[in-house]
Amino acid sequence: MKYSRILLANLFRKKIRTTLTIGSFAVALLLFGVLAAVRVAFSQGANSAGVDRLVVRNKTSIIQPLPLSYKNDILRLAGVKEVTYLNWFGGVYQDEKNFFPQMAIDVPTYRKVVPDVGVTDAEWKAFEDDRQAAIVGRSIADHYHFKVGDHIPIKGVIFQGAWEFNIAAIAKGDNAAGDILPFIFHEDYLEEKRTYGKGTVGWYVVRVENPDNSGKISQAIDAQFSNSPFETKSDTEKEFAASWGKQLGNIKLIIMTIGAVVFVTLLLVTGNTMATSIRERVRELAVLKALGYSDRFVLWLVLSEGLTIAVLGGILGLLLAIVVIPGMSKALAGLLPPLILLPSDTALGLAFALGAGVLSTLLPATSAMRLRVVDALRRV
Amino acid sequence: MVRVDGKSENSLVKVRGVDKVYRRGSEDIHVLQGLNLDVDAGDFVAFMGPSGSGKTTLLNLLGGLDLPTRGTITVAGDEITSMSGTKLTAWRARHVGFVFQMYNLIPVMTAFQNVELPLLLTNLSKAQRRSHVETALEVVGLSDRMNHSPNQLSGGQEQRVGIARAIVADPTFLLCDEPTGDLDRKSADEVLNLLDRLSKEFKKTILMVTHDPLAATRADVTLHMDKGVLIDGAREGAIA
Repeated sequence: MKYSRILLANLFRKKIRTTLTIGSFAVALLLFGVLAAVRVAFSQGANSAGVDRLVVRNKTSIIQPLPLSYKNDILRLAGVKEVTYLNWFGGVYQDEKNFFPQMAIDVPTYRKVVPDVGVTDAEWKAFEDDRQAAIVGRSIADHYHFKVGDHIPIKGVIFQGAWEFNIAAIAKGDNAAGDILPFIFHEDYLEEKRTYGKGTVGWYVVRVENPDNSGKISQAIDAQFSNSPFETKSDTEKEFAASWGKQLGNIKLIIMTIGAVVFVTLLLVTGNTMATSIRERVRELAVLKALGYSDRFVLWLVLSEGLTIAVLGGILGLLLAIVVIPGMSKALAGLLPPLILLPSDTALGLAFALGAGVLSTLLPATSAMRLRVVDALRRV
Repeated sequence: MVRVDGKSENSLVKVRGVDKVYRRGSEDIHVLQGLNLDVDAGDFVAFMGPSGSGKTTLLNLLGGLDLPTRGTITVAGDEITSMSGTKLTAWRARHVGFVFQMYNLIPVMTAFQNVELPLLLTNLSKAQRRSHVETALEVVGLSDRMNHSPNQLSGGQEQRVGIARAIVADPTFLLCDEPTGDLDRKSADEVLNLLDRLSKEFKKTILMVTHDPLAATRADVTLHMDKGVLIDGAREGAIA
């Protein structure tokens, strides 16, 4: 503790420089926090995916349809418990910028395959009974202020025309499913009004009896439809959800790349700052050594300065991230699942700041440690 | 008693056959050559000589900041030329008080904090450290400036703070490298009066390098150096 005065005196020698360096750490950690929350949002679908569910889509692309007739063919395969299907709708609410995912589902089979919708039996019944009913996820409902009983107009983009829905329920499960559930409505309603593509579906969701056999069943499904005009590609739901993320690019790669660039930039900025700081007070460090302070003390002193800056900046940046992320999450409701900064990512961010602090200061600290007193005192 | 023939046995500082050679490119520069020196406790010795004669190099060797190429240096029975780097650092903290030409105070610390620096390496309590620092600043006549930072002090006052820092841990000897070299005459006289007082009143052993003949007159003995060799040039006897 008695040496903390030396540390503090050096830290506040150039207040603007120290503040800016702390600021650069804070901005980097804010960015890290936001990117980590976005990564978590993209992986939420995959995390809530059922282990006993497979997704069967067109082998060419997810936007290519599959025949409705495949349903019974799949259902006949050994190990298959139930099959349902969905269609991507792609409409906007009132204005082009008000986009959120909407999907038509096969109501009679959907809940048998996906039981965790996040609504009560009574709400599901109300949904079943109304052909124009829709269930909407909580984050979308909150963002657009949808309430049960509201009559919602949606402008079709893929399936042109004006579509109208009645909000039958707002999903609010005790897990993330209720939050990330999009806007689901009756396939019958879509089939009735659509002007093209009748008798086709976007993809099938298959519930298997034993998840251990998922691989074999996937192969059996794809084998059944090979060499047909509509070949299939079957994956577990988890893989399918992850592949959705990849439709927007390899988010993880982007995050890692941005993170790496920020990290290296931070190392250079802080390393340069610390090196400049050391150069400016070579004589002072030499005097400390002449007075009897050891090489190790000088190493510790310089490292401590870097670490203090890194930790202060890191904590500041992560606190900013904690404040900013809920606001971002609200603004992006409907486009992305809720943004959450996990405690593990906060800890990782702090470790990242500490690592950057040590790495960027190590070189100047080592050169300060190796400084020869007689050489340093000779410098003007 | 100061001797340069290497024949004294019980002196505080014993330098025996010291050479210092620097290498510049392919050329060897012999800065000190076969140097012998004995200084007793309480002596105030001035070293004079032209630039490059080896005065500061000798001071650095005596202070354990550098090692000789050949020869030995013993201070109060400790042969510092055979010590490891870590041991030498600890020895320096205990035995040497440095006074530099450029004062070399830490600009972001107050006079009090600068003087306290050597004491942070000891086991003294905070109250004990405070007492020692206040005494040292009182000796140099700067009790009323202890909370001032170096840029709020004159050059003479800064050097007096430097001297307070050098004496605060009660070292075995003081090494002063041109302590008045950066001061006007009046401030230089104040600093020299202070060194004089430390020598006479507090019986401090002082070794001072200077270019200033007036500064040298304050010392008990003045030794002249030229081309790395000490020349017998005592102002007053006592030198063999």
